[in-house]
Amino acid sequence: MSVGFVMLCHTALGRAAQVARYWADHGCPVVIHVDKRVSKSALRRMTRDLEGVPDIRFSPRHACEWGSWGLVAATQAAATMMLHEFPGVRHVYLASGSCLPLRPVEELVAYLDERPKTDFIESVTTEDVGWTIGGLNIERFTLRFPFSWRKQRRLFDGYVRLQRRVRYRRRIPPALVPHLGSQWWCLTRQTLSAILEDPERPVYDRYFRKVWIPDESYFQTLVRQVSVNVESRSLTLSKFDFQGKPHIFYDDHLQLLRRSDCFVARKIWPHADKLYRIFLSDDLARQPAAEPNPGKIDRLFAKAVERRTKGRAGLYMQSRFPNLDWENGMTAAPYSVFEGFSDLFENFDIWLGKVTGSRVHGHLFAPDRVEFAGGETVYNGALSDSPALRDYNLRGFMGNLMWNTRGERQCFQFGPRDNQKIGPFLARDPNAQVSVISGAWAVPLFHSNRNFGDIRKEAARLQKIEADHLAQLRSLHVKARVRIWTLAEFIENPMEPLQTIIDEISPRSSRRLTEAPRMSDLVGFGQFLQNLRNQGMQPVLMGDFPAGDDPRPSTTRRGRPYLVK
Amino acid sequence: MGILSSYQLRLARKRWRIRAFRKRRELKPVADRTGAIRSGDLLLFSTLRNEKVRMPYFLRYYRDLGIDHFLFVDNDSEDGSREYLAAQPDVSVWTTRASYKRARFGVDWLNWLQMRYGHGHWSLVVDSDEFFVYPFCDTRPLRALTDWLDASSIKSFSAMLLDMYPKGPFGEHAYREGTDPFETAQWFDSGNYTMSKNRKFGNLWIQGGPRARTFFTDAPERAPALNKIPLVKWHRDYAYVSSTHMLLPRGLNLVYDEWGGEKASGCLLHAKFLDTFAHKAAEEMARKQHYANSHEYRAYQEGLAASPDFWCKWSEKYINWRQLEILGLMSKGNWA
Repeated sequence: MSVGFVMLCHTALGRAAQVARYWADHGCPVVIHVDKRVSKSALRRMTRDLEGVPDIRFSPRHACEWGSWGLVAATQAAATMMLHEFPGVRHVYLASGSCLPLRPVEELVAYLDERPKTDFIESVTTEDVGWTIGGLNIERFTLRFPFSWRKQRRLFDGYVRLQRRVRYRRRIPPALVPHLGSQWWCLTRQTLSAILEDPERPVYDRYFRKVWIPDESYFQTLVRQVSVNVESRSLTLSKFDFQGKPHIFYDDHLQLLRRSDCFVARKIWPHADKLYRIFLSDDLARQPAAEPNPGKIDRLFAKAVERRTKGRAGLYMQSRFPNLDWENGMTAAPYSVFEGFSDLFENFDIWLGKVTGSRVHGHLFAPDRVEFAGGETVYNGALSDSPALRDYNLRGFMGNLMWNTRGERQCFQFGPRDNQKIGPFLARDPNAQVSVISGAWAVPLFHSNRNFGDIRKEAARLQKIEADHLAQLRSLHVKARVRIWTLAEFIENPMEPLQTIIDEISPRSSRRLTEAPRMSDLVGFGQFLQNLRNQGMQPVLMGDFPAGDDPRPSTTRRGRPYLVK
Repeated sequence: MGILSSYQLRLARKRWRIRAFRKRRELKPVADRTGAIRSGDLLLFSTLRNEKVRMPYFLRYYRDLGIDHFLFVDNDSEDGSREYLAAQPDVSVWTTRASYKRARFGVDWLNWLQMRYGHGHWSLVVDSDEFFVYPFCDTRPLRALTDWLDASSIKSFSAMLLDMYPKGPFGEHAYREGTDPFETAQWFDSGNYTMSKNRKFGNLWIQGGPRARTFFTDAPERAPALNKIPLVKWHRDYAYVSSTHMLLPRGLNLVYDEWGGEKASGCLLHAKFLDTFAHKAAEEMARKQHYANSHEYRAYQEGLAASPDFWCKWSEKYINWRQLEILGLMSKGNWA
């Protein structure tokens, strides 16, 4: 008989009784403290449950409101009773009613027998604690907390604010260095009795009565006064989520719990029948004497907290709808927007798809239909090509497309003929790589077989739209990676910008481009622009195209468009 | 939100509750076993009309989840639904011949029953073709979820409506009583849902799915709403405003995170598109008892004439909740 359990219970007394009986049956005395707020009938059921089991005692009851002194008082009373009634006990293990032993008691006994002088209690100075909730760290010890955090939150917060404003500070008893830690510990008789029988105890008790959440600091602080050998960790596996409430274990955690090699876990869901059945059965396979290793469980819960606080980048769904600038990724993955390229080059999309191996769409925001790659009418995730559906929620469409195709780089064409309302979204999205050949929209006009009057009107309209769009792309708040060339600049030397863009899309393929996309025939384009000017329209976005001085013929239709180095 | 609009919503809530209270007279008890409801029981509320063929599987599904008591409003069924339900030991049934439409599509009736019997209980409000799926539903009963919600001080739980459909025209496979409707209707759209915020009530308005992409390509704003908040720790002061899409007070509609994180959520698998659908659509058209002048059903009827097939090569085949989680249709949040 070397370890005794002190159990603090307030709900699911049936389960607590089951665990207490298990411990007692395996030779470990148990002192049970039942919260004073528990009804008499429930308590009676529990005592009846445990009738006839030797080595189980019930300690005097205190009301244990969360974060209040009651929990410490209850622990003190129960621990005193344990030390007094069971002189053979060397380690006292503080557990709760929702704790469950994961390994046979003999293994815990053996483990503690090997470490007869060690106190297992997480005890960390306030500066080093990263997990306190509510921003109260050292202030737990220097302010007063007469109000309940749960029931009188306003008073609680107000009183804290008031004390801060008037710079009120309590005096910490001079011998004490505040420490915090998990409230579930395992202390030796020597240490525990030294704390409980300390002549200064009334002073400390009076002080801790007004400390906030004293059950996380009372023993954690005092143990540093008396213990020679503190092992600052808890033997109880207990994880807290981002709101500071404990994670709960269910039946489907069975394998995780088994492999954790921890001695005791909390908190167990009271209806987790399988866990209780298996871990309280006597034929629990003996494991090799391993050190507790809760790494896997840590990772699982860390992931869960991250899912709750950061979410999945680029996902918009029923329970994740981030405010502006809180998206943590407006879209799921990087993508490329090409403006003017498909006007200047023939079959640009086919070429681009071949060179980069990415998915190249046509004009996704075209007015008559969504031009998905390959002319699909329905796309990944069953996205419809209906322009009405798309325009009904442009951001939603864009978010969906990028979410559905994550893992595959998407490229699409954009231009002044498309729905411009998506423009600001693209400009603001850090995932967007926008490359613009400004004024390239004039090339199809140049090739079109329309009356010049119409062409002139259309040119003026498109130029206005593109100018507005370029202004968006040049604004101060742009987060997209934007590159803009004028048409004249671009055709001067098309390979270099193309190479830059391609390298960025697929950085690993370090090959130089060997094949250029085929450029439209631009013979007479300068004259075309001059004609527009003559009609009173000023084409500015194309850059400098002197009339009559046609671009180099090498890039036009004649000859195979290969680059020779 | 100013004091004035807050106050207006408060008045609106009171009005809905008074309305529900007045509508109680339309309900005649057929089998009232509400005395058997114990504190902490999980309750399910539903209205139905001529759904007998669905009931055996429906009851089994939700009993397996751990629903303790079912409360049904039968709207003048003629196929024996009422008698079938009345014979079940854990079911209470009320019947009415009054107008479904004038009871705001059943909301008033259920608001009353919830006010009367749901106070302090976790209550699930679903239609007879909606099947609730939540994180870990294959290993943890519904009570595990509600206990966790209680511990996390969460009062309402979102579950988006996910339209399920068969491959091929709806009528091709006959649904047999007692079988799992998702044996044939096992396909769904995974990524064409769009959402916007309803400023007044604070809920998200979600549209999309196969219905939007086949029936509403020209009028997307008319596509049915898919956002639902079916699971609520009910208080007698609460009221559903429009179906289970939104509630008052508004705080209950805040089932989504606005700061980048994900809250836990589930899905309601919608087994509407079975071979029974064509018949139902014709009947509802004739009764004119459905939402927005049965516009939805009219669209269906026009679509149905062309024998629609929702299936496309991007349709996703349903496996389990984890698949929906990975696809981003629902989330575990911080429940692990």
